[in-house]
Amino acid sequence: MADSSALAQKNINTNKQESKKEKMVVQTFKRLVKNKLALFGLVIIVIQVILAAFAPWFATYPPAEQDLVNSELGIGSEGHWLGTDNYGRDVWSRLVFGARVSLLVGIGSVALGLVGGIALGLLSGYFKKLDGVIMRFVDLLFAFPGILLAMLIIAMLGTSLINVVIAISIWSIPTCARIVRGSVLSVKKQEYILAMRSLGASNTRILMKHVLPNCTAPIIVFATMRMATAILSTAALSFLGLGAQPPTAEWGAMIAAGQDFMFTSPHLTIVPGIAIMLVVFAFNVVGDGLRDALDPNMELDQ
Amino acid sequence: MESLLNVQNLVTSFRTADGKLPAVRGVSFSVQEGETLCIVGESGCGKSITTLSVMGLLPDNGEISEGSITFQGEELTHKKEEEMRKHRGNDISMIFQEPMTALNPVFTVGYQMMEPLHLHTKLNKKEKKSRAVELLTQVGLSDAEKVLKKYPHELSGGMRQRVMIAIALACNPSLLIADEPTTALDVTIQAQILDLIDDLKRDLGMGVVMVTHDMGVVAEVADRVMVMYAGHVVETGTVEEIFENPKHPYTKGLLASVPNVDDEEHSLEAIPGSLPNLNEKISGCRFHPRCPFATEKCKEEDPPRFQISNQHQSKCWLHEEATTNESRHEAYS
Repeated sequence: MADSSALAQKNINTNKQESKKEKMVVQTFKRLVKNKLALFGLVIIVIQVILAAFAPWFATYPPAEQDLVNSELGIGSEGHWLGTDNYGRDVWSRLVFGARVSLLVGIGSVALGLVGGIALGLLSGYFKKLDGVIMRFVDLLFAFPGILLAMLIIAMLGTSLINVVIAISIWSIPTCARIVRGSVLSVKKQEYILAMRSLGASNTRILMKHVLPNCTAPIIVFATMRMATAILSTAALSFLGLGAQPPTAEWGAMIAAGQDFMFTSPHLTIVPGIAIMLVVFAFNVVGDGLRDALDPNMELDQ
Repeated sequence: MESLLNVQNLVTSFRTADGKLPAVRGVSFSVQEGETLCIVGESGCGKSITTLSVMGLLPDNGEISEGSITFQGEELTHKKEEEMRKHRGNDISMIFQEPMTALNPVFTVGYQMMEPLHLHTKLNKKEKKSRAVELLTQVGLSDAEKVLKKYPHELSGGMRQRVMIAIALACNPSLLIADEPTTALDVTIQAQILDLIDDLKRDLGMGVVMVTHDMGVVAEVADRVMVMYAGHVVETGTVEEIFENPKHPYTKGLLASVPNVDDEEHSLEAIPGSLPNLNEKISGCRFHPRCPFATEKCKEEDPPRFQISNQHQSKCWLHEEATTNESRHEAYS
């Protein structure tokens, strides 16, 4: 993270043309940080990203290493500050590696969902003829309860984390398509789109280069909020045994494994539960904050 | 001599829930190189739709149902979208009414200036940039290098309209269509922009079609004037003929509704009533319900165009006798 921000700093200096855009990013960031709750969420997300990126450094033990002598140690035990599970695996190390899994699955599924959703949304918003067909298809996807759809897809594809990514991304497509379509509908009525057409630009060029950049704000907000849902759904699917397979450390799977020992060692369910809660909460408040920060009308009351 | 743009009997209609409604009903006009044609009329009389038909940029539910549009001898109405795209921004350019909304807010002026060059030329980045600077200087923006890096919201309305003009001129078009280019601007800026368009027309030898509802603008820039009412051309003529000797009652009404600051006694005369809806069925002349000179004949028959002088035509029964008399005179002499 630190490296990339330093790199971004360099870009600002070398590339003057993009300095305005960077300024916009900095401005949005400043407004976001003003929101205390969003700042708190941002800190949690940054911590999760750092833990996930450098998991082997933070984990005190390999996540799948069993130590049956020291099983079911409580919180604060010597050498295992978050205790161990029924096989003597270090809960902290598993938590750290679990952060990696949920982040990767979250990013992967949101990215895939965005690609599909943006494509469908752009097409249906811009081309009136495709609108009806695509929106009915989207309605069809909406008709399924999300987790049921994901389970259906996993039942067809088989249980694995990659299939979880696919299942969750398919489930994000309809919402994203709706949001993008709405923005496209309002942007395409703008005079500058007609002006672009009057210059002889092709539809593809107008869509990709002129309509899409004007829809980024709602897409960014959607992506952030969706990360929370995706992480939660990954945990839910893993809890049901449809996602990560043992011995992979995954928060939902950790809760599932811990539920048999709920009365003897409650930390096995509580610790990963808190982790899930914090991360989901963080993405939600950051999404909320971003929505306010990216809204140009908010400037008036600040 | 073949004219630059020739529109013959253009009918543009819209598909609506109530069926096909014609917004432009048989409009014919032509524009020569280096000439400014002003299209005048109330809002909703089909001015903008006429220009959009020429550009091939009608809304999804609009279509050219009859007539022909020839540009430099080429028929445009049957051209495919791909071929039209090569004309747009290249030979035919358009300036829009609202400079505030006609530039994309998320890109710099420079980026948008390079769009037409990117689409129609094969210049490399450096050449494009120098061309953009050249264009901005041409439209009277000093410090062009700086303007290139600015975003539209950092420019004033007049500056934005200049940028729009520069973008429209990027590929040296032979026809410039300006859809109320000065309506959204201050009066002082208006004069500057009109002068600019006039100068550029002279320098580049373009034909200009200017759509406006401002008679002051017409007096300033037009060579010829075409007055439209409810989808019809009611009067055409040179600017002198229209201002000094308006024939059609509607043109007279339009001129009477222009405020006159010199004359304190002068009271404005508005044309009574309002523009009929597209789907309103009016027998005879479409202006007769609002016309102070309407006769029985006006209610029954749609008047043809009567020739008043070489370039002056009026679509009103009042001039039937005048023309027939004149033609009789001609026959005698």
